[in-house]
Amino acid sequence: MKEKRKSIVDRIWDLLASVKFAIVIFSIISLTSIIGTILEQGVEPARNIQILTRLFGKSLAPAMYNIFDKLGFMDMYHSWWFMTLLILFSVNIIICSSERLPKTWKIITEPLRPIPEEYFAKAAIRRDISLKGKPDKVKDIITKAIKGAGFNYLESKESKGYQFYSQKGKYSRFGVFITHMSILIILLGALVGIFFGFKGSMNIPEGKSYSVALLRTSPLTHSEEHEREIILDAIEASSGNVTASANQLNMDEKTLKAKMKRYGLQPLGFSVRNDEFNVDFYGGSDMPRDYKSWLTITDNGKEVLKKVIEVNEPLTYKGVTFYQASYGIVPGARGLFILKLISSSGISETKQLQLGDKFIIPGTHLEGIIKDFSPALTFDREGRPFTYSEMMNNPAVFIDFKENSKDKYAGWIFKRYPSTWKLPEGHIVEFIDYRGAQYTGLQVRKDPGVWVVYIGCITISIGLFMAFFMSHKKLWVRIVEEKNNTRVIVGATTNKNRATLERKINKMISLLSTKQERGK
Amino acid sequence: MDSSFFFGISTIAYILAMIVYITYLAFRKTQIGITATTITIIGFISQTIAILMRWKETYDFSGMGIIRSVPLTNLYESLIFFVWCLILGYLIIEFRYRNRSFGAFVTPVAGLALAFIDLSGMSKEIQPLVPALQSNWLLAHVMMSFIAYATFALSFSTGLMYLIIRSEKRNEAAYIFWSVTLGIFIALLLAMGMDFLTFKVMVKPEEFIKSYMFRASFFNPSQIVRVLSWTLMVVIIFIAWRYGSVLKKIVEKFDISSDMLDEITYKSIAIGFPIFTLGGLIFGAIWADQAWGVYWSWDPKETWSLITWFVYAFYLHSRLIRGWRGKKVAVVAVLGFAAVMFTYLGVNLLLTGLHSYGTIE
Ligand code: HEM
Repeated sequence: MKEKRKSIVDRIWDLLASVKFAIVIFSIISLTSIIGTILEQGVEPARNIQILTRLFGKSLAPAMYNIFDKLGFMDMYHSWWFMTLLILFSVNIIICSSERLPKTWKIITEPLRPIPEEYFAKAAIRRDISLKGKPDKVKDIITKAIKGAGFNYLESKESKGYQFYSQKGKYSRFGVFITHMSILIILLGALVGIFFGFKGSMNIPEGKSYSVALLRTSPLTHSEEHEREIILDAIEASSGNVTASANQLNMDEKTLKAKMKRYGLQPLGFSVRNDEFNVDFYGGSDMPRDYKSWLTITDNGKEVLKKVIEVNEPLTYKGVTFYQASYGIVPGARGLFILKLISSSGISETKQLQLGDKFIIPGTHLEGIIKDFSPALTFDREGRPFTYSEMMNNPAVFIDFKENSKDKYAGWIFKRYPSTWKLPEGHIVEFIDYRGAQYTGLQVRKDPGVWVVYIGCITISIGLFMAFFMSHKKLWVRIVEEKNNTRVIVGATTNKNRATLERKINKMISLLSTKQERGK
Repeated sequence: MDSSFFFGISTIAYILAMIVYITYLAFRKTQIGITATTITIIGFISQTIAILMRWKETYDFSGMGIIRSVPLTNLYESLIFFVWCLILGYLIIEFRYRNRSFGAFVTPVAGLALAFIDLSGMSKEIQPLVPALQSNWLLAHVMMSFIAYATFALSFSTGLMYLIIRSEKRNEAAYIFWSVTLGIFIALLLAMGMDFLTFKVMVKPEEFIKSYMFRASFFNPSQIVRVLSWTLMVVIIFIAWRYGSVLKKIVEKFDISSDMLDEITYKSIAIGFPIFTLGGLIFGAIWADQAWGVYWSWDPKETWSLITWFVYAFYLHSRLIRGWRGKKVAVVAVLGFAAVMFTYLGVNLLLTGLHSYGTIE
């Protein structure tokens, strides 16, 4: 009857405050997310058509694709309905918590009182023993035992004895509330990141300095891609100055800004130079141990920061963080060979050379010509050299040596193998580096919300700990004179982990009885 | 004596313990029970020694810091750690609830998992770490995830036992649910066993999962084998359903009350959930943040962890709804572990294959 009189607003409120609604939302988020892990998110349509073909066959795939595409499943975590789910989820938490918080507050702030005799029978844990001696005599033993169990008690005098009452861990009741609020904090932090941050990438060749990060965009047409290159070059040429680039491109600044947004060009406001990039390998294998980039930040024409970054060791400047993400070879680049020449008599010299350049071992007439280069050289079974990778896994140079215009010998020198550096006469040609042909792939991120997320992570951990590993325990101990003995009645309740409290009480009781034995 | 010697002892001990626990169930003699517990503890201690020794070996081998050398970096090591957590969890339950019957259920899982590692020829080499994996957050993440997985595995078995005890008729939803789940579980284990026998190749476990798992059965190139394996799976499920009452009788012998099973299920999840939240989700996010600059990217593995988390949140909250206590929440506990398994194996196994480039066979 009562139900019927409720207004529609009340009913919606009740629904949004209910745990049932929460588990419905849990289910919907989980089930749709499963689809989101099957279909790849934010990729070109061909990929997902292929996946759907594998699942449903060729004839059904296009139709399925259309349905899922219309429903937003190709980028579902950014779709309006997924956002709606998250909003409903948040509203659910807010309303549910706001309904419960006053009750929790009341339980926590309510002062504990002694309870009348009949209530002891209702307590979840009850004990009843008898000790020798009058209440005033055994009082000390009992209060000590209560303290020993970790309770701070209050006492009240009763007609035939005392009552001690105590509670512990009442604030643990906030655990659930903190947990729920933390979820909101984390979602809030994510929102801050979406609205005030960006995620992009930069591929910087060795020796170059860039000031624009590239963000992900929706697919571009060919002519758009072409225009993007032109704009990017112009902005880089003016070190990120948009006004100057607009002038140079004959565009007004507003149009340029709109185009930059469309093309995902994000000026950093400072520039990053890649001084050097290097990969270390495990022993003789091709398994990388470390990627490192030596970066220099230039702001307003001044070098302000230098740092070596590697995976798990990013660099942050003005809220923008640079992560080592990948590396590669700049197509068509002509790098510089850095060779250290040490003659057998100990004279040394470091040279920067290009392919085809000549050099002389200091103090001798021995002349070398760099004839060939391979980024990753190995030999096949017949001993013929070949390049096994585009990446700089095992760089090697082929050097032809002449003395007085007569061929002497020739061979490969490997950067990774010092044993190949020695010449027959005892001279050493140390292959230090091949610089300028590699780029470092940086992930660039600005996310002012990440701290909010981390704070939420810390509070949710605290909240969960309080919710599951702490409990609100109440203990009442009543002692009553009975002839020459004292009856001890114990009642205790807890909102969690009853077994633990029960053990504690048992220990307390057995302590009481043994004390009494000894006292005799 | 190196770590593998002690790993060997622990494998043998767990298998022996399994036999003794089952004997104990049959005869209910206290001495047999004590023997079973002793053997389990011996296995546990030697496994602990083995893990510590492997830690030292990795430390000597890699030349990295002590924390970086924690042996938790590949499938082999993580399975070992999972078994260790499972046994630890079981021993705690045995001492707390003073009930040994459950051992007959847990030690087989431990013994079989270890024997599986040996049979599969899984690579046990100490492997160097690629740069992205050189992170203390990652270690904390993996370690805590596996502790949580072990507690979830416990809740899975108690939840399943709860359903087995509490369902009466073959046409009851709860009965159908547990028998079908059990049938699928057995069929998948058999299929994996067949893979091991067919492709006794020394491959890295990660590679095994990607390229060999279920290739002898459900994903076999031959259509006939494929159809046969699926049919066999249906047959196994049918058998589990038809003769489930036999299992019910056995489980009833364990003299574990259904209330106690419900409590253990809840307690395991109540311990696992915070650990999973902190270690599985938060530490994983911090690691991703440090390594790639995104704390959350909705990749399949992350998303499946989140789904798992939601399923257990579902479990915790459904207990608060009147009329849901009992069988319904036990079903959710069982489903939660299915999500765990999918997060751990299925994402690599099924989704990577599905997402791979290339033409369709
Ligand atoms: C993924 C999100 C959520 C998480 C991780 C979460 C976590 C928790 C946890 C750990 C508990 C304690 C459970 C226990 O002691 O067994 C709890 C209790 C509760 N949650 Fe949530 N919760 C979430 C979302 C929600 C939502 C959306 C609602 C909205 C109705 C809600 C309502 C409640 C209620 C009413 C309780 C019981 C509080 C009490 O015992 O006093 N939760 N939650």
